[in-house]
Amino acid sequence: MSKEQKYWKFHGGVHPEFHKKESTTRPIATLKLPKRLIIPIQQHIGAIPELLVKKGDYVFKGQMIAQMHKDQLGSTLHAPSSGTIASIEKHSIPHPSTLEDLCIELILDGQDDWGDCQLEAIKDFEQCDNTKLLERIENAGLVGLGGAAFPSFVKVNSSVKQGIETLVINAAECEPYITCDDLLMRERADEIIDGIRILIKLLNPKQCLIGIEDNKPEAIAAIQQASKSFDKIQVCAIPTLYPSGGEKQLIKILTGKEVAVGGIALDLGILCHNVATCCAMYKAIVKGEPLISRIVTITGDGVKQPKNIEALIGTPVSDLVAQAGGYTSKAQRLIMGGPMMGITLSNDNTPMVKASNCFLVASTASLQQAHSIHASQAQMPCIRCGKCMQACPAKLLPQQLYWHTQAKDFERVAEHKLNSCIECGCCDFVCPSHIPLVSYFRFAKSEIRAQEKLLEKSNLSRKRHEFLEFRKAREKQERDEKRRKHKEALQKKKAAMAAKKAANGGTSANDPKADAIKAALARVKAKKIAREAQVKSGH
Amino acid sequence: MEFETDSSPFTGSTSNIASIMRQVLYALIPGIAVMFFFYGWGVLINIILAIVIALSFEVISLWLRKRPIKPFLSDYSAVVTACLFALTIPPLAPWWILMVGLFFAIVIAKHLYGGLGYNPFNPAMIGFAVLIVSFPLQMTQWIQPHFMDGYLPSLLESLHIVFNGFEVFYNLDQWDAMTMATPLDDVKIELKAGHYFSEIMQTRPYGLVSGKAWEWISLSYLIGGLWLLYKGIINWRIPVSLLFALAMTATIFGWIEPDTHPSSLFHLFSGATMLGAFFIATDPVSASTTPRGQLFYGASIGFFIYVIRTWGNYPDAVAFSVLIMNMSVPMIDYFTQPRVFGAKSEKKS
Ligand code: SF4
Ligand code: SF4
Repeated sequence: MSKEQKYWKFHGGVHPEFHKKESTTRPIATLKLPKRLIIPIQQHIGAIPELLVKKGDYVFKGQMIAQMHKDQLGSTLHAPSSGTIASIEKHSIPHPSTLEDLCIELILDGQDDWGDCQLEAIKDFEQCDNTKLLERIENAGLVGLGGAAFPSFVKVNSSVKQGIETLVINAAECEPYITCDDLLMRERADEIIDGIRILIKLLNPKQCLIGIEDNKPEAIAAIQQASKSFDKIQVCAIPTLYPSGGEKQLIKILTGKEVAVGGIALDLGILCHNVATCCAMYKAIVKGEPLISRIVTITGDGVKQPKNIEALIGTPVSDLVAQAGGYTSKAQRLIMGGPMMGITLSNDNTPMVKASNCFLVASTASLQQAHSIHASQAQMPCIRCGKCMQACPAKLLPQQLYWHTQAKDFERVAEHKLNSCIECGCCDFVCPSHIPLVSYFRFAKSEIRAQEKLLEKSNLSRKRHEFLEFRKAREKQERDEKRRKHKEALQKKKAAMAAKKAANGGTSANDPKADAIKAALARVKAKKIAREAQVKSGH
Repeated sequence: MEFETDSSPFTGSTSNIASIMRQVLYALIPGIAVMFFFYGWGVLINIILAIVIALSFEVISLWLRKRPIKPFLSDYSAVVTACLFALTIPPLAPWWILMVGLFFAIVIAKHLYGGLGYNPFNPAMIGFAVLIVSFPLQMTQWIQPHFMDGYLPSLLESLHIVFNGFEVFYNLDQWDAMTMATPLDDVKIELKAGHYFSEIMQTRPYGLVSGKAWEWISLSYLIGGLWLLYKGIINWRIPVSLLFALAMTATIFGWIEPDTHPSSLFHLFSGATMLGAFFIATDPVSASTTPRGQLFYGASIGFFIYVIRTWGNYPDAVAFSVLIMNMSVPMIDYFTQPRVFGAKSEKKS
């Protein structure tokens, strides 16, 4: 259903060359089973799940191999196919901050055998109990497939608890080269809509807005067709502008609301999910398949047949590239993600993970086609032209951030709200001086974090010190108190005694206790004198 | 297979400093052409000489600072500085005037502060300010447009005058007769002498608003400036706020005392107003960089232009106004940071 919809604009943004055509000419291919999979144990934001298998174990397809503890942020992991676990060791993984992490190496037996590990299919989800659906989302290992890999259960569950007004489905896919969501929408619109209906059932929002950039007319048509009979679902063809697929940017475009600095969408009564995540949700619930595969784009002038492939989680990139016709002579860079926010990988034996939406193999020339920042053109000083500021979707002043970063004045950097930077790369993209601004900002962020940690530490030690002081003071106080009480008690006793004495006629001789004390004192005195004499005579 | 690694983004736009500077130079062409029409070869000699001198200073400074010469020489920034500077110097001024001015512009104001991108002051305006303070005579002697009754010195004669002084052809009296103060200067002197503005405008051949030559020159700078705006090289905030503030101030004072204050149109179309608004105040390095800051920066320059023109001792005020505001830029920028996406302040509820 499509009504006239009003759209808002976010500040800035850029129009890079989108290069989407290369990989949209072929339908989604299914990867033939690779020989082995390398499955990183932690593929999501949050804690590390607990391993359920060990070396040498045979696992079925869909068998849970790592489990999350209840109430922890994280997600479970399932074997993508059947086979034997060859090793559990550190291996290179595609992640921006860590190069290596613990991975399960699974040698496939080629049977692709589910055993009895397939979950119960919930065909009629509309009639199903919400708790059961939520449980399934948790057990199926669903995470956000847009790139951030945030555990879906946590997101949905907190939204169910709090209640939301608007469900936003992110299908903008604004990064150049990436087309996995585009193809998914073209080919599996019905599954996506079912996935969205599951969310609508769970959350009962007032409306559901699907944001798709208008450079994907086929996808828009398919989704419109599939969602025709559902009143709440509205397809929004938004203008093509990078980074409209950023969660905060998309929410602004569709609702006009800005997620507060440091806040989350839920604060505004909005839940935002990626379109591929919805499809995975459909699979997990209606088909009973946990998240063991996804669609990934293999593209760039470094591969012979750019295309989208549905592949198992853990497939080494080299197998994906082989499926896409192999490398061309131009393969110079391997990037996971797009050219604006992706990360380069040093080796193609790295596996794909749940968060992998695209592997871009390209020549440096084609990447910098329009220009050549990192290679041939020299970096020049900032001329304060303000182009970066005009392009920044976070409305920051990159030129000032850069200036203060260079001066290592991180206090000023923080004052200029570096923490709002989403590292989208727009500023970098437009800078006529070809300054790698984002790299500077990453550096500044890590530096600020380090400083904060240090501060925390010193705060902690300060607190400890303060506590120590406090304890000392308290102990002293307690001691004083005791002493005081003691004294009081003594005084009372004395007073009582005096009263008694007075009552007894004022004679102390009658008090046996006093006499005893006197005698003892005399004894001590005598002893002391004797000792002193001894000491003197002894020398 | 192994790959090299790098850090995102991996793609970017084609623009570079040189292309921006080139566009600024193109935008100056109409102004230069009109000036050439009115003042003859002296204009072009100024420009070419200034470019040669500026580039020489640039090379020497870069070499002394042990910086790579090629990328910085080919960024055209020194050429732009040279052109802007040359356009503020009277045609047929002696060559050493350019030399001294550009020394201060390029060596002192630019490279001593750290070179391109680090100069807090507009180099061309530093050069101009130093000259007008040190050599007021040479700096205010503009030859009459079309010299004497349509006659302008030939290229050779002009070169002679620039390099060997006017004494080669003319005695002092003759030269005095051929040069004159600019209308801006002239009007100020006349006003001080007690004449009314309307009177001055009638008795002198001042064209429509501000002098035959100057109104056309200003108009052609305006056209070049609009082209820069259209191309997105400069932003509207500084020129618009500058011109608006100048016009408003002139209107208010003109309204209080119409006879002793030139009209706002006169202010807008005389002296270096248009050149200043579109080409000088917009120099990104030394200007404010935040949106609100730019409005304040431009408006303040406009206001100071009026104040200094009216009550100051110098014929024009663009240079001083720009320099004053250059000084305030760090503070302006700090206090005018835009509201960050999602910042709570301005949104209630
Ligand atoms: S775009 Fe580049 S040169 Fe321009 S202000 Fe930003 S950092 Fe400086
Ligand atoms: S990377 Fe950061 S500073 Fe640069 S445009 Fe994006 S949000 Fe703004």
